[in-house]
Amino acid sequence: MSSLIELENVSRQFGTQQVLRDITLSVETGKTLVLIGESGCGKSVTMKLMMNLLPPSSGTVLWDGRPVKDRTEKEIVRERLRFGYLFQGAALFDSLTVFENVAFGLRQNRRLHPKQISQTVHERLRDVGLDPAIVVDKKPAELSGGMRKRVGLARALAMDPEVMLYDEPTTGLDPIMSDVINELILRTRERCNVTSIVVTHDMNTVQKVADRVVMFYPLARLNPEDPQIIFDGAAEEAFESLDPRVSQFVRGEAGERLQELAIG
Amino acid sequence: MMKSQAAESQQLTFVHHLGQAVVGFVTLAGDLTLFGLRMASWIIPGWPRGNVLWPVMYQIGVLSLPVILITGGFIGMVLSVQAYEQFALMHMESQLGTVVNVTLLKELGPVLAAVMLAGRVGSAMAAQLGTMRVTEQIDALTALGANPVAYLVVPRFLACFLLIPLLTLFADGIGVLSGWWFSTQVLDVESFYYWHHSRRFVTSYDLLSGILKSVFFGTAISLIACHRGFHSRAGAEGVGQAATEAFVYSFVVILGIDFLLGYLLMELYPILWK
Repeated sequence: MSSLIELENVSRQFGTQQVLRDITLSVETGKTLVLIGESGCGKSVTMKLMMNLLPPSSGTVLWDGRPVKDRTEKEIVRERLRFGYLFQGAALFDSLTVFENVAFGLRQNRRLHPKQISQTVHERLRDVGLDPAIVVDKKPAELSGGMRKRVGLARALAMDPEVMLYDEPTTGLDPIMSDVINELILRTRERCNVTSIVVTHDMNTVQKVADRVVMFYPLARLNPEDPQIIFDGAAEEAFESLDPRVSQFVRGEAGERLQELAIG
Repeated sequence: MMKSQAAESQQLTFVHHLGQAVVGFVTLAGDLTLFGLRMASWIIPGWPRGNVLWPVMYQIGVLSLPVILITGGFIGMVLSVQAYEQFALMHMESQLGTVVNVTLLKELGPVLAAVMLAGRVGSAMAAQLGTMRVTEQIDALTALGANPVAYLVVPRFLACFLLIPLLTLFADGIGVLSGWWFSTQVLDVESFYYWHHSRRFVTSYDLLSGILKSVFFGTAISLIACHRGFHSRAGAEGVGQAATEAFVYSFVVILGIDFLLGYLLMELYPILWK
């Protein structure tokens, strides 16, 4: 199976704080990869590195087997449009209406007739379960959290991406809306045959959508020689893992971390 | 480990702190220059569409007009009040128009208008872009194939570059009128002599000097505000700090540019104008 995205020995640090160390990871075409791990372990940074929204401090990011850094700026901009990104807080442009948000990528990059743009925007909003007649003229501030996420998804899907990256798609949503989003991730994959990468803490999402699970561990609690990826396998294997760091996370048990409460 | 760090921090002297401040200033100045060059490289290829540029121009130009008119109006009257006392001592009240209008057009009109706009426009731009940074809207622009510098910075620069000189003209105009009104109606200076002496001593060079300064002020305000917004740290505190820094840095740079251009234009006056 070919790899759309690969990370080779990638590290990333912000100032003096290292977040990722020597990560090697590849994403198979057509599969859904779920990245899990505690907050601050570098999952979202990994996704931004994959899409070249952030450059790595060291190591190489490859798209279709070719290093991103060997491409020109124009090529990177063009090829980045193959990726759709659903941001954690949806990142809708709050000065624009829902219509303008979903149409943004099309207006920016494709020479389409306004009627075609309007048609695509309405279709994508319907795909994510929103009634265009009700939402198109609203501003993001007038939408609920779940609606914002769905508009964010519609905006990403409007560009017909080959790869969808979801950054904590269900965080902050009620259980029912979380399930709606999980279902949308599945349907998007089935309907558009996209490769999906999902960063989440939500084990329901893992169970429902994952073909493969990769778990990151925060560098602050690792020895210098230990790998940062502590699990890489199928979702079922994650739930049966004997590594206490993995099993505690997937079961939501604090374990020895409760000792931190004793401090102070 | 902790002890050695504590001991190290205790050993820092005034010279270390001064060094850190100098390094910080040079880094910031270099970063701002590179940011300005990056923006300049996008002006032609990233020329904004009307639906992006007009709202920014409306926000910066039209909505700033009331505050600019108030500023200009008060500067004219304050100058009249302050200068009148001194001139009255020498029985030279009729010369009041000269000092009011020269000071207004060359110096206080452009500087105070720019300071007002740094507060109203610069802080707002930094806060808006800072919020976009921390809510990942700037990343979203990149993800959707738009260059954030071209989409966000170029229109703000163009609006400030073009409209701040225009707003300065409004401030100058209203300041000239309010100074004249106060001098003639309240301080009883003869209107004929007020304008007569003004015309004798106030030259187009004074007006153009002020406008040229405001072009530089507009450029500085837009670049500093956008730079601070783009480098905003997370959270309400980070965005608030970006807005404050945008104003404070702009204020300092406005004063610096004012001094340098004031000196340069004074030196150039005999070459360019006589």
